[in-house]
Amino acid sequence: MTEKISRETVIKVSRLARLSLGPEQAEKMTAQLAGMLEHFRDIDALDLAGVEPMTQPYPIKNVLREDVEVESLNREEVLGQAPAAESGRFRVPPIIGFDV
Amino acid sequence: MKKLVEIVAGVGGGSLTATSVVEEHLDRIRTRDGEIHAFNLVTADQARKDAAKIDADIKAGKKAGPLAGVPIALKDNMCTRGVETTCSSKILQGWKPPYDATVVGKLREAGAVIVGKTNLDEFAMGSSTENSAFGPTKNPLDVSRVPGGSSGGSAAAVSAGFAAASLGSDTGGSIRQPAALCGVVGVKPTYGTVSRYGLVAFASSLDQIGPFTQDVRDAATLLEVIAGHDPLDSTSIPQPAISLVPVLDHGVKGMRVGRVTDLPEGCEPDVLERLEAAFDALRNAGATIVDVELPSLQYCLTAYYLIAPAEASSNLARYDGVRYGNRVDAPDLNAMYAATRESGFGEEVKRRIMLGTYALSAGYFEAYYGKALKVRRLIYDDFARAYTKVDAILTPTSPSVAFKFGSKTDNPLAMYLCDVFTIPTNLAGHPAMSVPFGLGADSMPVGIQVLATTLGEQSMFKVAAELERAS
Amino acid sequence: MSENPVLPNGWQLVVGLEVHVELATKTKLFSASVNRFGDEPNTNIDPITLGLPGALPVLNKHAVELAMRIGLALNCKIRPCAFHRKNYFYPDLPKAYQITQYDHPLNVDGFLMLPGEVRIGIERAHLEEDTGKSVHFGGSSGRIHGSDYSLLDYNRAGVPLVEIVSRPDIRTSEQARQYVAELRAILLAVGASDAKMEEGSMRCDVNVSVHRFGTPFGTRCEIKNVNSIRSVGRAIDYEARRQVELIEGGGVVRQETRHWDDASGRTETLRTKEDADDYRYFLEPDLVPLVPEQSWIDQVRLALPPLPAARREMLAELCGVDKNGESAIVVVERGQDDYVREVIANGGDPRRSVVYVQQAFAELGPKPRVPAKDLAALTILERDAKVTSTQAKTLLTELIEAGGGDVAAMAAKRGFEALDTGALEAMVDAAIAAEPGAWKKYCDGEEKALGALVGAVMKASKGKADGKAVTALLQAKASA
Repeated sequence: MTEKISRETVIKVSRLARLSLGPEQAEKMTAQLAGMLEHFRDIDALDLAGVEPMTQPYPIKNVLREDVEVESLNREEVLGQAPAAESGRFRVPPIIGFDV
Repeated sequence: MKKLVEIVAGVGGGSLTATSVVEEHLDRIRTRDGEIHAFNLVTADQARKDAAKIDADIKAGKKAGPLAGVPIALKDNMCTRGVETTCSSKILQGWKPPYDATVVGKLREAGAVIVGKTNLDEFAMGSSTENSAFGPTKNPLDVSRVPGGSSGGSAAAVSAGFAAASLGSDTGGSIRQPAALCGVVGVKPTYGTVSRYGLVAFASSLDQIGPFTQDVRDAATLLEVIAGHDPLDSTSIPQPAISLVPVLDHGVKGMRVGRVTDLPEGCEPDVLERLEAAFDALRNAGATIVDVELPSLQYCLTAYYLIAPAEASSNLARYDGVRYGNRVDAPDLNAMYAATRESGFGEEVKRRIMLGTYALSAGYFEAYYGKALKVRRLIYDDFARAYTKVDAILTPTSPSVAFKFGSKTDNPLAMYLCDVFTIPTNLAGHPAMSVPFGLGADSMPVGIQVLATTLGEQSMFKVAAELERAS
Repeated sequence: MSENPVLPNGWQLVVGLEVHVELATKTKLFSASVNRFGDEPNTNIDPITLGLPGALPVLNKHAVELAMRIGLALNCKIRPCAFHRKNYFYPDLPKAYQITQYDHPLNVDGFLMLPGEVRIGIERAHLEEDTGKSVHFGGSSGRIHGSDYSLLDYNRAGVPLVEIVSRPDIRTSEQARQYVAELRAILLAVGASDAKMEEGSMRCDVNVSVHRFGTPFGTRCEIKNVNSIRSVGRAIDYEARRQVELIEGGGVVRQETRHWDDASGRTETLRTKEDADDYRYFLEPDLVPLVPEQSWIDQVRLALPPLPAARREMLAELCGVDKNGESAIVVVERGQDDYVREVIANGGDPRRSVVYVQQAFAELGPKPRVPAKDLAALTILERDAKVTSTQAKTLLTELIEAGGGDVAAMAAKRGFEALDTGALEAMVDAAIAAEPGAWKKYCDGEEKALGALVGAVMKASKGKADGKAVTALLQAKASA
């Protein structure tokens, strides 16, 4: 496991997660995460060489669906739940700082 | 408080009406839920309509469903079409799904009457329901104490008689632990036996829906209805219908029940005493108690608190204020995302998103998430070895009885330790259930956890039924 | 190594192409709402498409089948595979992650042959879901920068894509264009996609780098917004020159993504590597592994139709034309090679059959209305010099317009008959005698003088002379 988590890393991670942390929050979060990660170092004691990762509790494979249409959700019902909508579409503020 | 099977027999047989049953429960809700706050939303009008329809159908000669007239509460992280589903979060406050979860459809088809959506720790993250954005739920047995979490509302609803049964979801113990703390039965079935379609995802490879009931028979009955393969859930096991009720009276003679020799520390003495009593009871009923080792048990908390937040960080990224839920406006999109999520999510949710994002990020993946997945394999293998020697295992469900409000909220890690006995089964995908077994400190109930291997529900229920008989 | 006609001496171009193809399935990759272009916004939506809480993906079997067809047609190995989540925030990405294939793709290690026996490696061809579409309002250009707001349509979100990644084996822009054209022909032939670049069902991202011969590959730039086969060539030529000029001027090529502007014919910076997101790939826990059984793979392989390259080869052999020549390419691309075969089976002259179809059947589709025996008859008329080639062209047009007919009768009705060589030569001599001035000029090298002489012969023959034959005779006499 790597070194103690730094405030810079926490800020970077918060950006990745689109969570805006104020300076106090960032401070608190850094301390809490550092504490947890310190606790989680216990698994460093394990010899995991040759151990297969387990992502799936039950070994199913090849779950497939026939290419058959199902009726669409009702647009009005869905857009009625949207924070902002216009001309049958979802509306969002300008996408500055992104690429096309 | 009427049991589920009593209601079904009564309504089906004509000695009870669904309407009278639902009124009885709505009455209790009216009287006491102001104090308990088990519910985010009580759907009284619709419940009355549903009950009336069931009564009319039965009168017209239609066959009563397997849950006819049973008032059921649903954890507020299961999608109910047209009915607010909030996950006890501000970000989804007011959101009405345009579709039903598969289990909801099954309940309706079986004749159940949904009385409301219950409170939970926000997005199912927590062990006390103190993380709800809408205020905590109180333990009906002692209102100064937590009901447990994250399905605190569903557990309290059954404990207080607001519903004959309820559904919760369990990712690291969120059904079993509140069941233990509220003195009711709670079951987490084998991963893949109950459809997750329409369950708002927390950690996809760990989440399962399961029942809260007043007794083991009710749990078996309800689980039989909601289990089953669902083509809408790719992780749903192709399985024949499970049959549990017939085995409840089989007893445990000749069964081998495991005692874990390397149980993690931190369990209160009153709980350990109840565990011993439980082993005695099973021994008296003809079971053999066998020592088993689960050496990886002590690492499960770490593995879980890396895997679950990692998956959660991805599952919760969709709450961005674009298509549904609450949005905080801003001059540009990135600012909108940040403001929306900042104000919409509570502390614990943000903490887990941060932890999970970190565990998956470039440069840290192998050290954290990657390793945790391997620890998962180790515990799975430990259990596999153990189950060659035993048919079921007993552990405490929770390290202590229900604790006081605010006693663990300062230290997230202290709260996480509540799940130390329940987490391993989620990691392995195994079934486990909590059965009330006497009282512990301060006369609060203690729950004993029965574990079994994949699709070992029959063994699990046999042991649970025996414990219940002896309790 | 061949010299690049576009780059200065000593410079080598390296190109890799990433092509995204929308599959021709009825429904989306992970949900059962309709996969259809052009519908009203947000009318093909479901919980997965919108990324609603509680939604779960289920893999479309037909999409897998089409992806396997593509893989097999590109000579790939089909592997047990799995799906990953690629996590990033963007409003056209409803779950805030894209379900894609990361280090376990379905198809790996294939190749595509270009004309001239050039082999382009295919690294992988994997399945992934498409995003929704955003439209930007306010601002001046309809582009994102400076817009006031954006509107989102999720009809396209979740549509099945196969991403085909070539190895960086392409060395000229011409090869790149051929690669895209051939890939498109293959996709159409196996029925995997309608591959219309103008509708976005086939999209190309181009990776370009340059280096001096004998040095390692240079830093590459990714170019997006290349929306036609022609643009592929133009964008590569521009970018290669840009990079060479930059380096020769002492600069350094930055690894970045650039935007191709077709109107101005230039690429512009879109984003640099430093701004790149950390996608935090992890195995999709809501899906299970995909391990196509050998029996399924074999079944798909057996059902593959003959691919364009094979069809061109067969056609070329049958008709005596170049397999890499235009008639073979065009006729196979249109799916008219079976028709040509039928014409020949009806006695048609092989070479003339394929050339007629190439030249005149552009609008007629794979099953032209003109009965094969009628076209066959026309080719024989010309072959046997019963009509001139000019007359044959006229008859061909009439045949197509009428949807068939008795060509001999049509020729007779028009009074078409080819003049025999003797009569023709006599007319040519007569024209030379009548226009001595023009003849002298032509013999002295003035090509333009030919026109007057040919014209005189055509007039004298009342249009029955074959212009080409007349020209040939005059040329022969002039050089005698």
